[in-house]
Amino acid sequence: MPAAGLTDRAVEIAPGVHWVGALDPHLRNFDIILKTANGTSYNSYVVRGETGVAIVDTVKEEFADTFFARLESVARYDEISVIVLNHLEPDHSGALPELLKRAPQARVYLSSRAQMMLKALLKPTGEKAPEYIPVTTDDEVDLGGRTLRFLHTPYLHWPDTQCTYLVEDGLLFSGDVFGCHFCDARLFNDMAGDFRFSFEYYYAHIMRPFREYVLDAIALIEPLAINLIAPAHGPILRHAPRDYVHRYRELATPRLFNEARSEKTLVVFYISAYGNTRRMAEALAAGAERIAGVRVSLYDLEGGESGIFTDLIEEADGLAFGSPTINADAVKPIWDVLSSLTTVNVKGKLGAAFGSYGWSGEAVRLIEDRLRGLKLRVPVDGLRIKLVPDNGELDECRQLGESLARHLTGQMENREIDMAALA
Amino acid sequence: MPKAKVTFQDIAVSVTVPAGTRLIEVSEKVGAGITYGCREGECCTCLTKVVSGGENLAAPSVLEDQVLKDNMAPRGHRLACQAQIIGGEIVVRPA
Repeated sequence: MPAAGLTDRAVEIAPGVHWVGALDPHLRNFDIILKTANGTSYNSYVVRGETGVAIVDTVKEEFADTFFARLESVARYDEISVIVLNHLEPDHSGALPELLKRAPQARVYLSSRAQMMLKALLKPTGEKAPEYIPVTTDDEVDLGGRTLRFLHTPYLHWPDTQCTYLVEDGLLFSGDVFGCHFCDARLFNDMAGDFRFSFEYYYAHIMRPFREYVLDAIALIEPLAINLIAPAHGPILRHAPRDYVHRYRELATPRLFNEARSEKTLVVFYISAYGNTRRMAEALAAGAERIAGVRVSLYDLEGGESGIFTDLIEEADGLAFGSPTINADAVKPIWDVLSSLTTVNVKGKLGAAFGSYGWSGEAVRLIEDRLRGLKLRVPVDGLRIKLVPDNGELDECRQLGESLARHLTGQMENREIDMAALA
Repeated sequence: MPKAKVTFQDIAVSVTVPAGTRLIEVSEKVGAGITYGCREGECCTCLTKVVSGGENLAAPSVLEDQVLKDNMAPRGHRLACQAQIIGGEIVVRPA
């Protein structure tokens, strides 16, 4: 079989199923956030049934010519009855507007949440959205002797994502799930170079923030008979495809047993120039520990690295950050941690801030704003203490810790406030 | 100005607000767990369960209705960035 990069023809991946994607070996940075040391691929597929032809995803716009050339080698446009969009991000939908022009009779199958995105994508073309059918788990399309069955797998890694299963062949078109940025003209996992790093790197940066959704998707995928996984990026997984499903389950599961899993966990991070913010952190932690059912951990940011702290943050129910104010700002180690959280899901966690200051004490409010920006809930006002905390102020820190613990355990008393009193 | 009371169940806070306030305006100020994306009624990030008092919110606009439908929102759910409080008592929590 010729390497795909050497020809403009489609590559058969199963009887009547062809890869018609594109290789992008020189890409070095994907979506700004991902390094791609040997490029990537945009995988698109054609499925031929007795009564219809389906296209599963397209490619990035600049590779449309290659995509159409490969597509034309296995199907005529007037044969295309179905276009499946597993994910509408532009690297998979770039050739869609042109495909819709060439195959206007095709019906588009997408997830419910993809509908608005489809309209937004087609906006610049001025074209009316094609006939589209929102689908969910177990909805099917008959291609004549071949059935496409949909799996609703949202947030892997956009709200719109879904997987499509070719029932009779045990073939899963998984979208970005099980994909990676690894460009190899040999196409298949048993022929390509060592892409294991790329597979895990891709998971860590793209899927990890949505690990609960990963586990939901795996629960849908595991019962399927799978002979081959055809992802939207990287090698096609025809050798031991189930190993990759299993690996996703492992990656989405916390590595060590969480000894505190029956309790709520509060992690207190602090950094301290003269020991004042440290004393506040210790008092806060002591206060939180007064409440049964809360396990507190205390970490000095000077003694670790943001990667490890990211793991802790992902697991914690509540987070408190203590920083002194230096030149009207929180200090850099705090911002390093708070700018490293795009790879984990922190939405809805409890957050709080505290810190000692000398002149103005802006750090606490700035941290609170950042926590809100990260979609944490910040129901308890942070605590700012001028220079050295005295016993009364340390007691305020303990009360703050206690209050956070009550929020974590659902024991807080209802407060009544007037909106006019809110800043 | 007529007042209303909205309770954010997840943080146990009740806020007295002037009629006409949108949920987003108050939930952000009190630090409730409702989170926001586009703030324009399109992304459905701020989907909120109305535990009680749904009748005290202005009826959803055509846009909000469509977004709720597109996202298969269960009955009794609203977009906090769109839902306007018109009076009485309302209890909400993140969806």
